[in-house]
Amino acid sequence: MNKRLPLGLGFVLLVLPCSLLVAFTHYPAVKAIINSLWNNASSRRPSRFVGLENYEAMIADDKLMQVLTNSGLYALGTIPAAIFLSVSMALLVNSRFPGTGLMRLSFFLPTMLPLVAVANIWLFFYAPGIGLASQMMNAVGLPTINFLGSTETSLASMMVVAVWKEAGLFMIFYLAALQGVPENLKDAARLEGAGPVRVFFDVIFPLLRPTTIFVAVNALINAFRLIDHIIVMTKGGPDNSSALLLFYIYEVTFRQRDFAYGATLTVLMVALLGALAAFQFWVLDRKTHYQ
Amino acid sequence: MTYKWNSAMPFVMAALAGASATSLHAADLEFYFPVGVNAPAVATIEELTSAWAAQNPQHTVEAVYAGNYEETTTKALTAAQAGDPPQVAVLLAIDLFTLVEEDVILPISDIANSAEDQAWMDGFYPAFMSDAKFEGKTYSIPFQRSTPVLYYNKDAFRAAGLDPESPPETWDEMIEMGKELVVTDDNGNVTQWGTRIPTLGLGGAWLFGGLVVSKGDVLSTETGTEARFDTPAARESLEFLQQLSDEGVMQPGGISWGDTPKAFLEGQTATMWTSTGNLSFINENAEFDWGVGFLPGGDGPGAPLGGGNFYIFSDTTEEERDAALDFIKFMTAPENAATWSIATGYVAPRPDAWETPEMEEYAAELPQALVALDQLPHAYREFATFQRAKVTQSLVDAIESVVTGGSTAAEALAEAQEEADAVLGDYN
Repeated sequence: MNKRLPLGLGFVLLVLPCSLLVAFTHYPAVKAIINSLWNNASSRRPSRFVGLENYEAMIADDKLMQVLTNSGLYALGTIPAAIFLSVSMALLVNSRFPGTGLMRLSFFLPTMLPLVAVANIWLFFYAPGIGLASQMMNAVGLPTINFLGSTETSLASMMVVAVWKEAGLFMIFYLAALQGVPENLKDAARLEGAGPVRVFFDVIFPLLRPTTIFVAVNALINAFRLIDHIIVMTKGGPDNSSALLLFYIYEVTFRQRDFAYGATLTVLMVALLGALAAFQFWVLDRKTHYQ
Repeated sequence: MTYKWNSAMPFVMAALAGASATSLHAADLEFYFPVGVNAPAVATIEELTSAWAAQNPQHTVEAVYAGNYEETTTKALTAAQAGDPPQVAVLLAIDLFTLVEEDVILPISDIANSAEDQAWMDGFYPAFMSDAKFEGKTYSIPFQRSTPVLYYNKDAFRAAGLDPESPPETWDEMIEMGKELVVTDDNGNVTQWGTRIPTLGLGGAWLFGGLVVSKGDVLSTETGTEARFDTPAARESLEFLQQLSDEGVMQPGGISWGDTPKAFLEGQTATMWTSTGNLSFINENAEFDWGVGFLPGGDGPGAPLGGGNFYIFSDTTEEERDAALDFIKFMTAPENAATWSIATGYVAPRPDAWETPEMEEYAAELPQALVALDQLPHAYREFATFQRAKVTQSLVDAIESVVTGGSTAAEALAEAQEEADAVLGDYN
């Protein structure tokens, strides 16, 4: 126990993790800040230091405002929906109905599919006229909706895909948490005359709070991180109505090859996510009851 | 450590020298190619490349399938920036300005400078060579070229009492005939639209170029520094697209490129505009009598050109360049161009390819393939400028905002023009 690690060896052991952290996190972040202060140079446009010009362009960028609004709506729409759906599914598969094993499997299946494959499935589903959604609506006499081709429905259509994809995974966390809720607390509440709804809202759901926080944070990260379905299904269109922040960064950087503005947008995204992480750590964590 | 390093250096140097010495007698080519059609393209490319390698045993060639067009360009540019570009690649014809700006390609006319080479380059259709040139030099060689045509369901024409042998030729006819072709069910919901012109994304912008050409204007010129969005021709073209859905001929809202051939095959639309690259797909899957016509035009026929050309990268040795040129000549030789065209539906880029027996047989079997060729004199280069992806996005946004009802053609195009001018101002 008294054997202390020699200081030198300690540093040696730190080299690998630190170099990974520096190479893949800190260096790119610093480089993005530096790049955001230069113009986008090429053989026909010399490289020059532009100071905060890229940031001024960013503030004046109408498209960015739309993208941020979309991202906000997307997060606000997908997080509660995913939580609601995953709690409902967890309650369902946690009950003693027959066939819960099959239900668990089918609820979890979307999580196991790669998002690109999911997006292709939904592409068929949404296709106006020929897709399943259209055929179902036509069967009951409703007109065809051009889900991905109209600005009113494209973002909502993307949100449905995201919720469908991630709710199964969150269900597993809720299921584990539900199985950890002590029976005696529920029994005590029932003895006091609480109905099943009251038991859920006053006993079970508060005990699930750490899971809810965890799920909410993950859903939030996913809302910013996952854009595969956007790339496959709408390319952010029509008229940028389904473009999210990361998708916009990808478009600007790799398709339009504007590395300077891409770096500027990346700085914005890192700042936004940093603020959200700080909120999560300092505010939500303190209010949560862990056992 | 220092001592060991120094003592190892001569060996390293020797090894490096050895490696470069062996690559002097022959060239090892790396060839990036994209696939953008529903066809067994990879197998055909590999067949053709191995045939070249068999004829040229001193060289080797590795055909690298690099995804769709966009991914292939990104990969080639990334590899070039890392100092290890492919020697030869098939990339979009409209990537010319990007590749010139990134300074990664060589003008092929600098390598192919003999009289014989000149005759070879003159053997391509001039329409396809037009977008291969910049500042008087030919930078690329046409390979897999396409152009959109009007596909129409002859059975639907008969059912509507229209002549199945005369598809619409003008915008007015598209609207008149389109109205006849619309079929609704008992609830008043449309089950068959009159037409389908994709309006979303890059596919939509490509077709839009054809509308503008038919109105006697162009979206961009060979300088690469001019975008012409806010013009009467462009406004009328965009208004025409809007009119199609206002008159109930085309489904309102944005129309995606990818769903269009399927919607046509399923009978959801009586006519569609899409690439000749879909000819073999439609031919194999259509369960009805179908035909192909010129794209109906505003003031006469007009179409955009599309597709990919061969490029040679600049970071290459003399031997590699010569081998790459020989490889390109082989791939575009009449019989090989014919094989490629038949396998994919691309328009073979040389008249002599169309004179091969294989091609004549193919054209007899599938006369629809000849329509694109006849339309060629009315076709103009696809929209391309420096910073193409960014400028095209402004055009895409303008088209999408109009077809989804977000703004008027005049407003949207004026805004796109402003954005394009801001980007291209750096180049004038």
